[in-house]
Amino acid sequence: MHIVVCVKQVPDSAQIRVHPVTNTIMRQGVPTIINPYDLFALEEALRLRDRFGGEVTVLTMGPPMAEDSLRKAMTFGADRAVLLTDRFFAGSDTLATSFALAMALKKIGEEFGEPSIVFTGKQTIDGDTAQVGPGIAKRLKLNQLTYVVKISDFDPENGGITVERRAEGGVQILSTKLPVLITMLEGSNEMRRGSLDDALRAAKAEVVKWNAADAGIEDLTKCGLRGSPTIVKKVFAPEARSEKAQAIETKDQSMEAIAHSFMAALFQRQPELEGELLRFAATQYGQEGLGHG
Amino acid sequence: MADAPKPNAGGSRAGTKKELPDHFKDYKHVWVAIECEHGVVHPVSFELLGEGRKLADKRGVELAGVVMGGSDEAIAEAIAATFEYGADVVYTVVDPVLAHYRNEPYTKAMTDLVNTYKPEILLLGATNLGRDLAGSVATTLLTGLTADCTELAIDDEGSLAATRPTFGGSLMCTIFTLNYRPQMATVRPRVMSMPERQEGKSGRVVSHPLDMGEEDVITKVLQFVADRETATAQLPYADIVVAGGLGLRSAENFQLVKNLAEVLGAEYGGSRPLVQKGWITADRQIGQTGKTIRPKLYIAAGISGAIQHRVGVEGSDLIVAINTDPNAQIMDFAHLAIVADAVQVLPALTEAFRKHLSVNRMAG
Repeated sequence: MHIVVCVKQVPDSAQIRVHPVTNTIMRQGVPTIINPYDLFALEEALRLRDRFGGEVTVLTMGPPMAEDSLRKAMTFGADRAVLLTDRFFAGSDTLATSFALAMALKKIGEEFGEPSIVFTGKQTIDGDTAQVGPGIAKRLKLNQLTYVVKISDFDPENGGITVERRAEGGVQILSTKLPVLITMLEGSNEMRRGSLDDALRAAKAEVVKWNAADAGIEDLTKCGLRGSPTIVKKVFAPEARSEKAQAIETKDQSMEAIAHSFMAALFQRQPELEGELLRFAATQYGQEGLGHG
Repeated sequence: MADAPKPNAGGSRAGTKKELPDHFKDYKHVWVAIECEHGVVHPVSFELLGEGRKLADKRGVELAGVVMGGSDEAIAEAIAATFEYGADVVYTVVDPVLAHYRNEPYTKAMTDLVNTYKPEILLLGATNLGRDLAGSVATTLLTGLTADCTELAIDDEGSLAATRPTFGGSLMCTIFTLNYRPQMATVRPRVMSMPERQEGKSGRVVSHPLDMGEEDVITKVLQFVADRETATAQLPYADIVVAGGLGLRSAENFQLVKNLAEVLGAEYGGSRPLVQKGWITADRQIGQTGKTIRPKLYIAAGISGAIQHRVGVEGSDLIVAINTDPNAQIMDFAHLAIVADAVQVLPALTEAFRKHLSVNRMAG
């Protein structure tokens, strides 16, 4: 059995700063990490491999430095890593990204065996779109299972899979046929600590590097900026609000006094809120209050 | 990912040509996908109708809602509501295959409708359903999709200008789909305001067949477990939200947030680090990568207010910050500030509200 996990190297968003004058992201010195949502996908893939046998390949598209993320994924136990890198991919939007990744996945299928499952995280922390997974599924005609909380049944022999999927207003239990694309929801598992053996193997392993031609991509007009129907026309910093917060007096005040000044300030700003709270209280604090609702 | 935030000066690439290809010239009107599951319309659909109305009026075209479902009875109320929230036309696809949301048949229904009736703009909610569907529809139609928009407008040339936060909200970018149709965008719940409902307003209904049998759909829904049976958080539509951050110092102290929430009849949540530390579950995360909230009152206790948190809460009517640091980022967007230790303030607030509400209720 072969499972492929698509990961992305992203800047650690907690440490991003925007240049105040040019409004550009200051990338220098910002550490890169594997998109945290992808780790849930990777862990789920490794668990299936540990139980059912087979191999896990990690795939990423990005600049040459994205190799670091692939090596990191191998320290957790991935068996093989493929880096898709080419200047033609620069500026890809979700449609162009899913095209390039789908082509690479086809090539991976030919070279290393058809994957039964392609995993992605639910979204990235830099783009936040959650659209590349569904894009890949559509292009490769994989059955699409997004926001998966749990794989409750997996039967690679007969090509069946049952999952719990986070839907609107509830959880769907879906059963479908392999091959599938799964986007894994955060919190669905916990990433293992890599073993020393895996760390040593990852340090020495050769990462497979493909450019567009290696991945079988002939039509470069479908890649990068040229293959992206969306155009970023304007980039700007979010507006700062000029109004300053009204501070409740806290100096030399007891907590009780602070709480009362706060309540007074709150109901002064939003008089109708007090009425709503009283109506709520009437329904909550015992029978005698019901008449006031 | 549409995350390369470099304005593109135009030039060689196909997408920047001003002239729309001929075969897209008859694409007209603004559409909103109406999310209707188990007979209930997701409120984000109405928020989108409000936004879609403005876009349609600016373009001088019709606003349409797309309603899909398993039977006429299941969608009757959704159709009526779609008109009352502003649509001129409703396109329906009704088939037992569509009784539960599944990617394959919903993608087919939507792409068939688009190819037949040709809208210039298609808006969907950035819910789990909307995001699952939007990516498949955009890829099938090979058109542009801008996810999680916070502002939609029509520019001077009549194109959809879709603005969204990127890099966790550190930057905003405005994105266009100039050469492809429809121009697709998703918007998260609670980002746009709810429009007025016009009781009794009606319009034209256009029905379209699905042309797909149950035997053609590989994925089966075995069961649906509704959240109301499992007490899952309902943050986006809560009127009052109390949330905690790392300033609470320990998982045990998070109980102080829950106590205040209980007295106020509020939902409770937290900032991203609390999810990472396991103090709260992911469905209670508030912010750019969690839930967007728009309550009448938001109390943030011990939350520093990083940009990714701010993006998810700034639609709140009144934001209260409780923080020991008067220079914390949250003070830049809070309306009321209590500069003190949240661990001490929260119990005092809980007690004060409990007394006030209990006494005045009796007096009332």
